[in-house]
Amino acid sequence: MNLEFGLMLGGYGVGAVGALLMPGGRAGRGIAAFGMVWGGAAGLALSLQVLLGGAAFTLEVPTLLSIADGLAFRLDALGAFFLGLVGLLAIPCGVYGFEYVGAYEGRYSLRLLGAMLNMFLLTMSLVPCADNVLTFLLMWEGMSLTSYFLVLTEADEPDTIAAAGWYLAMTHVGLALALAGFLILAANATTTAFGDLRTAAASLTPAMRNTVFLLALAGFGSKAGIVPLHVWLPRAHPAAPSHVSALMSGVMIKLGVYGLLRIGLDLLGGGPAWWGALLIGLGALSAVVGVLYALMENDLKRLLAYSSVENIGLVFIGLGAGFLFLGLDATAAALVAFAAALYHALNHAAFKSLLFLGAGSVLHATRTRDMNRLGGLIRGLPWTAAFFLVGALAIAGLPPLNGFVSEWLLFQSLLPGIESRAPMVAPLMTLAVSVLALTAGLAAAGFVKAFGITFLAIPRSPAAECAHEAPVSMRVGMGILAVACAVFGLAAVVIMPALAAALAGSARLPVPVPGFGSGVSLSMPSGFARMSPTLVALGLILITGAAWLVVRLFASRWPVRVSATWGCGRVVQTPRMEYTSTAFAEPLRRVFAELYRPTQDLSIDFHPESRYFVQSIEYRSEIVPWFERYLYAPLVTRVRRWSIWVRALQSGSAHAYLTYLVIALLGLLTLLIVRPG
Amino acid sequence: MGYVLEVAQAALALALAPGLAGLIRWLKARLQNRRGAPVWQPYWELAKLFQKEVVVSSNASWLFRAAPFIVFASTTAVTFLVPILAVPLPFDGLGDLLVVVYLLLLSTFFLSLGGLDPGSPFGGMGASREMTVAALAEPTVALAIFALALAAGSTNLGQIVARTMADPGAFLSPGHLLAFGALFIVTLAETGRLPIDNPATHLELTMIHEAMVLEYSGRYLALIEWAAAVKLFIFFALLGNLFIPWGVSVVLTPTTVAVAVASLLVKLVVLAAVVAVLETRIAKLRLFRVPELLSVSFVLALLAVTSSFLLK
Amino acid sequence: MRLLSKILRVGLATEPLAPGGDDVLRLLHEVDAQARQLFGRALAIREVDAGSCNGCELEISGLMGPVYDSERFGVYFVASPRHADLLLVTGPVTRNMAVPLVKTYEATPAPKLVVAVGDCARTCGVFKGSYAVAGSVDQIIPVDAFVDGCPPEPTAILRGILAVIGRRR
Repeated sequence: MNLEFGLMLGGYGVGAVGALLMPGGRAGRGIAAFGMVWGGAAGLALSLQVLLGGAAFTLEVPTLLSIADGLAFRLDALGAFFLGLVGLLAIPCGVYGFEYVGAYEGRYSLRLLGAMLNMFLLTMSLVPCADNVLTFLLMWEGMSLTSYFLVLTEADEPDTIAAAGWYLAMTHVGLALALAGFLILAANATTTAFGDLRTAAASLTPAMRNTVFLLALAGFGSKAGIVPLHVWLPRAHPAAPSHVSALMSGVMIKLGVYGLLRIGLDLLGGGPAWWGALLIGLGALSAVVGVLYALMENDLKRLLAYSSVENIGLVFIGLGAGFLFLGLDATAAALVAFAAALYHALNHAAFKSLLFLGAGSVLHATRTRDMNRLGGLIRGLPWTAAFFLVGALAIAGLPPLNGFVSEWLLFQSLLPGIESRAPMVAPLMTLAVSVLALTAGLAAAGFVKAFGITFLAIPRSPAAECAHEAPVSMRVGMGILAVACAVFGLAAVVIMPALAAALAGSARLPVPVPGFGSGVSLSMPSGFARMSPTLVALGLILITGAAWLVVRLFASRWPVRVSATWGCGRVVQTPRMEYTSTAFAEPLRRVFAELYRPTQDLSIDFHPESRYFVQSIEYRSEIVPWFERYLYAPLVTRVRRWSIWVRALQSGSAHAYLTYLVIALLGLLTLLIVRPG
Repeated sequence: MGYVLEVAQAALALALAPGLAGLIRWLKARLQNRRGAPVWQPYWELAKLFQKEVVVSSNASWLFRAAPFIVFASTTAVTFLVPILAVPLPFDGLGDLLVVVYLLLLSTFFLSLGGLDPGSPFGGMGASREMTVAALAEPTVALAIFALALAAGSTNLGQIVARTMADPGAFLSPGHLLAFGALFIVTLAETGRLPIDNPATHLELTMIHEAMVLEYSGRYLALIEWAAAVKLFIFFALLGNLFIPWGVSVVLTPTTVAVAVASLLVKLVVLAAVVAVLETRIAKLRLFRVPELLSVSFVLALLAVTSSFLLK
Repeated sequence: MRLLSKILRVGLATEPLAPGGDDVLRLLHEVDAQARQLFGRALAIREVDAGSCNGCELEISGLMGPVYDSERFGVYFVASPRHADLLLVTGPVTRNMAVPLVKTYEATPAPKLVVAVGDCARTCGVFKGSYAVAGSVDQIIPVDAFVDGCPPEPTAILRGILAVIGRRR
């Protein structure tokens, strides 16, 4: 048993058990946080050991649940990346959570929260380590169940229970589809160990391979949050406590990407080019839909949740490009595309969790997520505002932070596709590039709104006026992630080859890993495109400093005078006069009105005496996502009706149940007679 | 030697940019049958602004005061990366066309935040409109870049210029011309020129860029106005030197540099004249008609990529 | 094309600014040396209508046109008082516009100048003593020069502005 693996299990175990047993208060919160940090650090150490050392770590427990080949763990480089992601985020979220859940004391069960959170992290850490179908699905289900309980934490809030219900339903649908995929994959294999599945996959017919891929896409795609299977995301992520949302958005949805890569790339070894085309199409759709709905949101955490859908779409575009190039035998380009996709997943984990932790700090201070009630928080929460600004700059893809570097790499990895002569590849790549650019611009707009309306200008409600800064542990958690955002961008030269090494060897991806530049300069392996995030950052700092110095020396010596905001001479300024979140997004709402199809409801109350005088006007406009209206609403109605019909079987009468038993027995006997053995 | 050129290039951009804005203003004045201010008027205006008092809103935070410096810095940083006088540049490895586009988006981001900070409705309106126009112009820019990169084999600016210079026939290729058209429309959108935004308007409800800077005064205003002029300069330099690169010096000698400066001035004057006539001739579009214009430019860029690909 | 050919046909329509016209101009004090040095070449004006009948505004709007062309002297109009150096005030200051006028003056960064245009601005004109009038402009904010007339001609207004920044011959 590897030391770090044991430490990881121990850490999360101590956290879970301690949280359950401790009397509560600071001690209980402390032990849960301590367990998370310890387990996370051990997990990160283990993943780095495998990623940098190269040797896979294995552990088998065949005696446990031997009916399905027992538990087997094997951590190769691909899994190590995702394990590292879990560990990386567990640390700041653990530190953050220590003070954050203090607000839950007396209202919700902290024991359950601490225990479930540690178990959630443990099962998430073990999913990438799984080496046979049973272990994988067991850990997957454990992850889903623990996160269900975590989403249910704030059970008093109005939407939580419905959100948890949606989440539970969709994650199990995903599980069922993934299970079906695995079973088909295991059709020709001797055992369900991944090694056997890999060798047996070569003997599957193309139709079976396609079916497995599609089932895996549907199952793992729903966990990742691909449109149209994403509907649980904007419900569950806002309902959960903020550090849990950070973990769910940062890591859990990436495990959907892991599942798809494991089945599609590792076990199946790649496939025809249309797999990649499908992924690009779905990714582009998710990216555009995600960012467009994020723009219209007034709830800060829902905006972040939709933005996660957008970024997963971008990751899927990269994955799709990889599968496409693999199907066309351009393996070097495929490796670069896959690496760029994983790098974006890493960066998204960093800045999205930072943003969620910032939103949690806002929620902690003001008790509301509605941006139309916030504002002016930069004065009360200066640290949170600064960290949130770093996250917003990163997610908007602005240089020199990490979001920009991964978007640059995604762009560059798509470029070879535009020159390809294979049918339909060039238009697809052009579509992908346009979508990438459009979402970058719209994401920038969305986060100007998110940061500007929440933190700038004047407070729009008394809650925002008396907001106070977050306690130290929350600031430390956010600070760690802010530093990570900066470092991941600057260290791209080191991270990209590590990611490429994690992928190399799978399928037909070339093993001598290409270099991505050296020193401060990041470049594509083909060498044609180069840039340096470090030097750009340095240049910006130097020029800002020089400008400040020159202005200081040569500009006038008048002291800065503080005066009222210019409002065309109006007598007083109230918060009603500033731009709201809805108003900010209004031009884009009009531009994309055909997509949003907002409902408009205008009711005017006239004065009873005369129609020339108006007593009150009420205007209500709502955007209901159209896939919810046309896809899920009818589906849910149909399922409800069907389940009411099936409920008739549960009559409660012992006679009926005995009849069912007899019918089942007769059926089995018939089956045995017809197909002996 | 190359580094001296880089600094000289950036200094030239900073020095000429207000003059470029002044030139367009002078041409428009003449087209309005009036004498107008001399071409170097913006220099006097900037000098005056630096000597004025700074008045800051009581609602504004540190972001309001930092934003002009960040806007100015990111726009100036771009002048180091764009081929203004010569290729190849020593900073070519620092950033390619994508870095240029995103640095300009960085300046727009902070300008919008600076507009939102004082809590004025005009600032919010300007920020919202500016981000809408910027977001809708992004796909066009990306596709135009890819159309150029397709021909040159890289997004590296020096490479694109070198490739066009090496192959004069490419200048007249449909891909090239369509990309030029698309980028020209984007230039008008990003620099706030008619028909997207009127730089001389006094009606707050018609403003996009101006609305965001209504609260700025003194040296902050000077930095922002200068940055806007530099942005105009950068776009004109890109339009001129990427699509019609003759004149750009390839080997560094005093004569080639002088020729480069002269050809740059010619290109700037021609583009300024085109913009001035265009601004005199057409009226400003309603804000909600602007996306239609931007989608026209997107279709042009799409056609540019398609034709570059088909004719390769 | 018709527009362009018309532009070429008309040519320059700007009339040179003739000297004289000092009888309608009242400078309240010596031209400030700092103002002369700072605003000599570039002056930004924010026009404030403090309750005028718009007669003066019509004349002021002529300043931006081709015939009187204030821009050739570096004098231009801006939308926000934060950008302005000089406030051009018209009208008897009505009660409703008194506070906005003061706020506009406070919003303008130093150094600043004020030129009050029209008879109403100096003496409240025909509205003197009305219940709606708060007082003349110099009773509300400090004024540097008055330009008399009801309404004054654009050339008089222009001379007044140039006199205040010391550019008059």
